[in-house]
Amino acid sequence: MTEETTDLPIVPPDSMLTNMLKAIGLLRESPVGMAGGLIVLMFVVLAIFAPILAPFDPNAPTLPFAFPGTASPDGGVFLLGTDHLGRDILSRIIWGGQRVLFYATAATVSAYIIGILMGLAAGYFRGYQDEIISFFANVILSFPIMVLYVLIIAKVGSSGLNIVFAVVFASSPGVMRIVRGVTMDIATRDYIAAAKTRGEGSWYIMLVEILPNARGPLIVDFCLRMGYTTITIGALGFLGLGLPPPDPDWGGMITETRSYMTGGFAYMAIFPACAVSLLVLGFNLLADGLREVSLRD
Amino acid sequence: MPQMILRRIGMMVLIMLVVGLLLFMINEGDPRLIARSVLGPYAQDGQLDAWIMQHGYDRSMFIRYFEWVARVVSGDLGDSIIYKRPTSEIFWPRLANTGILAGVTFVIMVIIALTLGVLAGMKEGSPQDRIISVISIATTSIPEYASAVVLAGIFVFWLGWLPGTSSMTSGFNVVELILPVMVLTLYGFGYIARMTRASMAEVMTTPYIRTAILKGLPYRHIIMKHALRNALIAPFTVIMLQINWLLSGVVVTEFAFGYKGFGALLLEAALRRDIFVIEACGLAAVFVAVFTQTIGDIGYTYLNPRIRFK
Repeated sequence: MTEETTDLPIVPPDSMLTNMLKAIGLLRESPVGMAGGLIVLMFVVLAIFAPILAPFDPNAPTLPFAFPGTASPDGGVFLLGTDHLGRDILSRIIWGGQRVLFYATAATVSAYIIGILMGLAAGYFRGYQDEIISFFANVILSFPIMVLYVLIIAKVGSSGLNIVFAVVFASSPGVMRIVRGVTMDIATRDYIAAAKTRGEGSWYIMLVEILPNARGPLIVDFCLRMGYTTITIGALGFLGLGLPPPDPDWGGMITETRSYMTGGFAYMAIFPACAVSLLVLGFNLLADGLREVSLRD
Repeated sequence: MPQMILRRIGMMVLIMLVVGLLLFMINEGDPRLIARSVLGPYAQDGQLDAWIMQHGYDRSMFIRYFEWVARVVSGDLGDSIIYKRPTSEIFWPRLANTGILAGVTFVIMVIIALTLGVLAGMKEGSPQDRIISVISIATTSIPEYASAVVLAGIFVFWLGWLPGTSSMTSGFNVVELILPVMVLTLYGFGYIARMTRASMAEVMTTPYIRTAILKGLPYRHIIMKHALRNALIAPFTVIMLQINWLLSGVVVTEFAFGYKGFGALLLEAALRRDIFVIEACGLAAVFVAVFTQTIGDIGYTYLNPRIRFK
């Protein structure tokens, strides 16, 4: 009798790396998702290697109002032209991308940490904890999001840290709602009952048993939310509430150069606009691909 | 049903009260800051104290909050610090302008989104479905400020067909409304279209549609009479929730085109610390959002017989 049980093969749980490789392998089945992943990857590579890849200093004024393809007096070519102050637009887009990606990631990850903790507590404890957390989430979610951002940033001032704070405040309730729903579902499973019987603590169950099993919808939502946050950071820059100048910020670049569109210099504002849209498109396609793949099995 | 409606309305009032408290705390929590905003940067401490005493700001914040609620409910929004006039004189015309912009956008956006969504969901996986789906993802990826610049580049500076600003300085002009409406529609329709597509695709797989097809009913008849009715229930809530997003877009779009609406007013007030205007705009925005959400919830229950007759 004991021999039969020892014959059972012991399957070690997959390491995080193999899991990630599997996920990438699955993503190959969705051309849309692959396209999105490649766009995002391109921006990440540009951001990491910005010091090497950017052809010019993003803040150095050289030749104002140079059209795309003009040769620089100091050698090299302004592939995307220069802005009204003579700064190379391509270099500003590359460095701006680094800033946008850094703050978008910092803000979204922080919003996720807060949102996950609140969602787990609301979905697992139910009762008054759920009532309180859900009510405040409803209050925050009832603000049109841009109105909330304008109110917060106008109050606390615009800086990178404050943008992160505003995003966490505005979007963690959304994360909380998703986590709460999934948690309520998972909490009824047998392995949760088993963990309770073993005498595990509530937070152990939430973080070790529930959270890893809730990751599917969260990963899709994370990609979408990265896209929204990218839009938001750009919008705040556009409204003049964004990351402080002179370092490049895509939204700020659009606002600074918009008034020169009349003189045939529309490219100054259009290139950063394309950069934002392309990165957001990447995140949206990636999310769509991941959703498609996760529904398939 | 009436009980559910009362519950929803009660919730709405409660949320408005809490939102009001948040707005009040942010803007009027510190009396010295208000006095500073009203009297300007050169006022001396003595003047600030005198102003605080004179206007009753030395009392507890919660007493002031309830007074404030009573005043706001009776329509008194305080005086604008920048314009030196009652906020309501500035605020209501601005809100009406936004109502025109958002209303026109909403109608056009919903018509386009529902049409495309139904066309895509009718034949899941067909080329027309693929094309519409890709278009709706792509357009939802172009934020308002980006499409504003690109569309202005095309229609204003290249083709010269449309004016680049929508400040309506020489009276109301429909032509000036075209670009803002285009920008808002472009960003907003994709999400509704995708939801409609999903709902339509689901309905098309149900047995009763198959029965209708097997009965030999004309395809047009099946879509119009059988599928649409059920397929449009789920998007209804999404459409009502979309108004919340539309108000977000309005802030950016009004700034982009210099349109004199409530979003531009909020931004100006926030940057110049015109606290009573900020409060009015914040309250209006949340009220519209919460109100449409409540309507969405009640409507969804009413439209869906499975919930209605429970």
